[in-house]
Amino acid sequence: MRSIDGAVLDLKRLDLLATADSVIHRLDARAKVLTTLVFIVTVVSFNRYEFTALFPFFIYPVVTASLGNLPGGYIVRKIIMVIPFAFVVGMLNPIFDRELFVRIGPLAITGGWISCASIILRTVLTVGAAFILVGVTGFLSVCEALERLGTPRTFTVQLLFLYRYIFVLTEEGARASRARELRSCGRKGLGLASFGPLIGHLLIRTWLRAERIHMAMLARGFTGEFHSRQVSGFGWRELFYVAGWSAVFLVLRMENGAQWLGRLVTGGLS
Amino acid sequence: MSHHIVEVKHLQHVYADGTVALQDVSFIIHHGESVAIIGANGAGKSTLLLHLNGYLTANSGEIRIGDFPLTKKTLPEIRRTVGMVFQDADDQLFMPTVFDDVAFGPFNLGLPVDEVKQRVKAVLEQVGAAHLQEKPPYHLSGGEKKRVAIATVLSMSPDILVMDEPTSGLDPFARRQLMGLLRDFQHTKIFTSHDLDMVVELCQRTIVLHQGIVKADGPTLEIFNDDALLAECRLEKPLSMQGCPVCGKGR
Repeated sequence: MRSIDGAVLDLKRLDLLATADSVIHRLDARAKVLTTLVFIVTVVSFNRYEFTALFPFFIYPVVTASLGNLPGGYIVRKIIMVIPFAFVVGMLNPIFDRELFVRIGPLAITGGWISCASIILRTVLTVGAAFILVGVTGFLSVCEALERLGTPRTFTVQLLFLYRYIFVLTEEGARASRARELRSCGRKGLGLASFGPLIGHLLIRTWLRAERIHMAMLARGFTGEFHSRQVSGFGWRELFYVAGWSAVFLVLRMENGAQWLGRLVTGGLS
Repeated sequence: MSHHIVEVKHLQHVYADGTVALQDVSFIIHHGESVAIIGANGAGKSTLLLHLNGYLTANSGEIRIGDFPLTKKTLPEIRRTVGMVFQDADDQLFMPTVFDDVAFGPFNLGLPVDEVKQRVKAVLEQVGAAHLQEKPPYHLSGGEKKRVAIATVLSMSPDILVMDEPTSGLDPFARRQLMGLLRDFQHTKIFTSHDLDMVVELCQRTIVLHQGIVKADGPTLEIFNDDALLAECRLEKPLSMQGCPVCGKGR
């Protein structure tokens, strides 16, 4: 079960990246959360056949990740992991939507393929932006920012516990699975039959462990509030950051940046 | 809070499934004492510890910590006063970095960021883990985890330190190091342990639990010299009191 262990460590790395120091890291978390929200809303607001106009939006994740010194390969790997899910969402589109959209030589592309590609592209953009947000802010600070922006505390605390529970669940899962694997001597063991009790045990074990962790939190005065060590306020820098990016997104929403660039290049060449 | 007494009076705890974990437990621990609570598996040690911090509610009996009885109202103050270190450090360390973990308690006390930073630095130095500050807890060795877990509690300036099996799972060197650290603490200390040699070295007083009742309570050396008591409670003399296993000297 190295893969489960590895995946958890990989996810924890995202939180560790957030403890670094860079121009982006130093910004108030609220500015980053707001900008990411505006970004996501803009990206999903395009009609379902839009494809080319989405490409210029990559500027936001790329610039943020590079200013925040996030390792590109790592982020790309994380995003690739969610592409299959997006594909499942969009895979029926080419079957039902057979209206001809573009013809490139002998190749006919239907609206279904375009909308499927658009779903995948949007997923890459929005999930990428969310990953990068956590990578330059930290999950704790994101939740704190959401709370300061008016999200009810019950919701943010639930979100934080859910996030912590992922680690508890996967760690216990990896242990249980390792124990099963070692005793099944490289074969299938008892097969599917052994998975029922295994999952039941897993639930009880993670439950108990989560309770112990909760005890440890209560022992240290936890009252439903998380605090982070970053002290920052929403100043001019943050205002400029949010307004600047929002303006960029608005322009890219109104104008098809890819076509505009194409016209500029072909016009310049002719 | 002048004398940090821990007073337990006729404590009884029955789990939901009917298991009687504590039948009738009473004792008083005074300021600065170092007390071991020992007993066989299932004697009620862990249940007792969970009561000292108010996690479990007693079926009957009373607990007083310092000047307060343990009630829902006094719980926040009592949890600050009683620093609890769990047996499994992995349960205690849940934040992304060691710093965040040690800072968790002080932040909850509402201390300003600068004060929190100072405290974290000071306690990490105290437990010899200053260099681990920015590391993620899951990358630490067992001994390091234990010391950081202690730091997470010390950062809240508790008056009473309660530790469940502090030396379990540690290599001999880490165990020695931890014992040295614990010996230097001026707090009132309450340990549960199966490491009886540690008990002999660190605790002047020992309380023996057996089937949910206090079977004996007295000076550690006296208790470990009572062979009948030890046998009845499924315990044995610490190795350091047993004499040489090869030549038989000291037996």
